[in-house]
Amino acid sequence: MADNGEILLRVDDVSLQFGGLKALSNVSFAVRKGGLFSLIGPNGAGKTSMLNCISGRYRPTSGNLTWNGEDILRHSVNDRAHLGIGRTFQNLALFGHMSVLDNILVGRHHKLRNNFLTGMLYWVGGARREELEQRRFVEDIIDFLEIQHVRHEPAGTLSYGLRKRVELARAMAIEPRLILLDEPMAGMNLEEKEDMARFIIALREEFEMTILMIEHDMGVVMDLSDQVAVLDFGKVIASGAPEAVLANEHVKKAYLGEADELLDELADTAERAIA
Amino acid sequence: MTHVPNPRPTGDFRTSYAGDRTLFATRFETNAVIAGVLFVLVSPFLFSDYILSQFIIIGIYGIAALGLNVLTGMTGQISLGHGAFFGFGAFASAWFSSRGIPVLLSMPMAGVLTMAVGMVFGIPAARLKGLYLAIATLASQYILEDFFARADWFTGGTSGSLAETANLFGFQFDSDGRYLYLVLFWVIVSFVGVANLARTRDGRALVAVRDHYLSAEIMGINLTHYRILSFGLASFFAGLAGALYGHYLGFVSAEGFTIILSIEFLAIIIIGGLGSVSGSLLGAAFILLLPQAMETFANALATLVPAISQGTAYIKQMSVGAAIILFLVLEPEGLVHRWRLMRANWKLFPFSH
Ligand SMILES: Nc1ncnc2c1ncn2[C@@H]1O[C@H](COP(=O)(O)OP(=O)(O)OP(=O)(O)O)[C@@H](O)[C@H]1O
Ligand SMILES: [Mg+2]
Repeated sequence: MADNGEILLRVDDVSLQFGGLKALSNVSFAVRKGGLFSLIGPNGAGKTSMLNCISGRYRPTSGNLTWNGEDILRHSVNDRAHLGIGRTFQNLALFGHMSVLDNILVGRHHKLRNNFLTGMLYWVGGARREELEQRRFVEDIIDFLEIQHVRHEPAGTLSYGLRKRVELARAMAIEPRLILLDEPMAGMNLEEKEDMARFIIALREEFEMTILMIEHDMGVVMDLSDQVAVLDFGKVIASGAPEAVLANEHVKKAYLGEADELLDELADTAERAIA
Repeated sequence: MTHVPNPRPTGDFRTSYAGDRTLFATRFETNAVIAGVLFVLVSPFLFSDYILSQFIIIGIYGIAALGLNVLTGMTGQISLGHGAFFGFGAFASAWFSSRGIPVLLSMPMAGVLTMAVGMVFGIPAARLKGLYLAIATLASQYILEDFFARADWFTGGTSGSLAETANLFGFQFDSDGRYLYLVLFWVIVSFVGVANLARTRDGRALVAVRDHYLSAEIMGINLTHYRILSFGLASFFAGLAGALYGHYLGFVSAEGFTIILSIEFLAIIIIGGLGSVSGSLLGAAFILLLPQAMETFANALATLVPAISQGTAYIKQMSVGAAIILFLVLEPEGLVHRWRLMRANWKLFPFSH
């Protein structure tokens, strides 16, 4: 991986405040084109909030987000798919009553030109041709993610692991240049994790997407990413190559700190149980 | 959500993407629809005017309910003002035709005008959800009712307005049998249109807004645009249906377009199946025929038990209410769902369990 490749996304001094709570404080990092950037940190550190600022769910209280040298914040949320940003969600956010196929086709929304009138006319005005073209595109994604057998099932009826895959399929359908993955492997068994890791590698290599990923599994982070940033209480406490970051003293403390709290809590409960 | 097995019979393989996205889910459904259309086509030769008038009203209410189903079923936005838009369409078409526009043309024009009005009311509504939206649409009901009473030039005020008879190159749609054909035409156009909408870009966007508006927005869907559009589409069909209603009765007056009618439309789509295209028509048939079935039932009961003959009207009303409540409790997903389950079981027979 080139060390000083072109920057696709630059997060510059971003802060986000919820009332009295500072979810993000002066966060800065840069995602290189074609790279896999991992954002890690303890629970509640502000990782999802950071993705939400990029995808538009939240608006930073201050700071800048630049995309290819352009200000992202000037674009409305629904415009960002068109810019080339796609994402998956930590707490699944599929369209539960729609079929898997339709869920993925929604990802093609910004590529389609037919509207309610031509859609209703279907046979005249080109909607049919366009829909069938998109169907072919979507079927390629379905084949790639190996979800052919559920394409007509309502998304809400699928197992957790499959729903995560459909979310990835839907985000891929956007044809994003940057894909944001919020804990893509959470709650998966080993086999499912291996599949997902394979897909993520292919996203980069075959589909030439840049990836910004949040993940708790350190093995996965070490194996897949070429850059890592660690968030703790909304601040970046370390960033750089994965090996260097994980060796960092602050990072160890942040994670150990969490472990200490856990131990304290356990001790407390034990004491209460005895009393 | 109960899971319905894939309704496609074995052997009905799809060999192309086009074949996988047909208008009707199965060959059986296609045949059922064709049979239904043929039945309506021959019915003027078979049935009394009374029965034909029932078919006409079912078709008209079905179109209006279809519109509400786009708004409530597909997009997930409630409206308590649908009946007023229905009324607006009736007045608009009567008004257009009184200015010399042919009735057959003024009907869709009334739909378009009602759509425009609906979108104006939809602008504030697009920012509201749940109960707040319900109240905002209730306001549109009252504002329109007030408009009907005041705008004499448009509605004829308290005396109402006359709606001319439709005619096509001298062919007068002046009998129930003939009018039924006109209604059938619009039922087919409307239902095919919405079924097509459901399998194309904007229809998917509406459902995405209903199912998960936050992720819909991230997928590139402009929420405000689609919420307003769905008000517009709902109003178009309400207006078109209202126009058909006005020219059928020949006379339009504001009394019929109250909140009761709006609630009746909601009942139709809930009973037929929220978000289901064909359910709109089934629900309309159910709501319109149920009171008559219950009347027959109450009268039959009265001949058996003469003591209650004074109260048949009450028995009828109460049994209509009871039937609706029972229906909601036992089949909250609507007639269409029940139908699919029956189909699924029947196909698997005798191995349904
Ligand atoms: N909409 C909101 N309103 C108020 N507080 C919020 C909101 N969203 C997030 N927060 C708070 O911001 C902080 C960061 O949350 P965030 O979800 O970004 O953490 P995270 O790093 O993704 O954690 P996890 O690993 O558990 O997913 C938390 O304290 C959370 O409670
Ligand atoms: Mg998170």
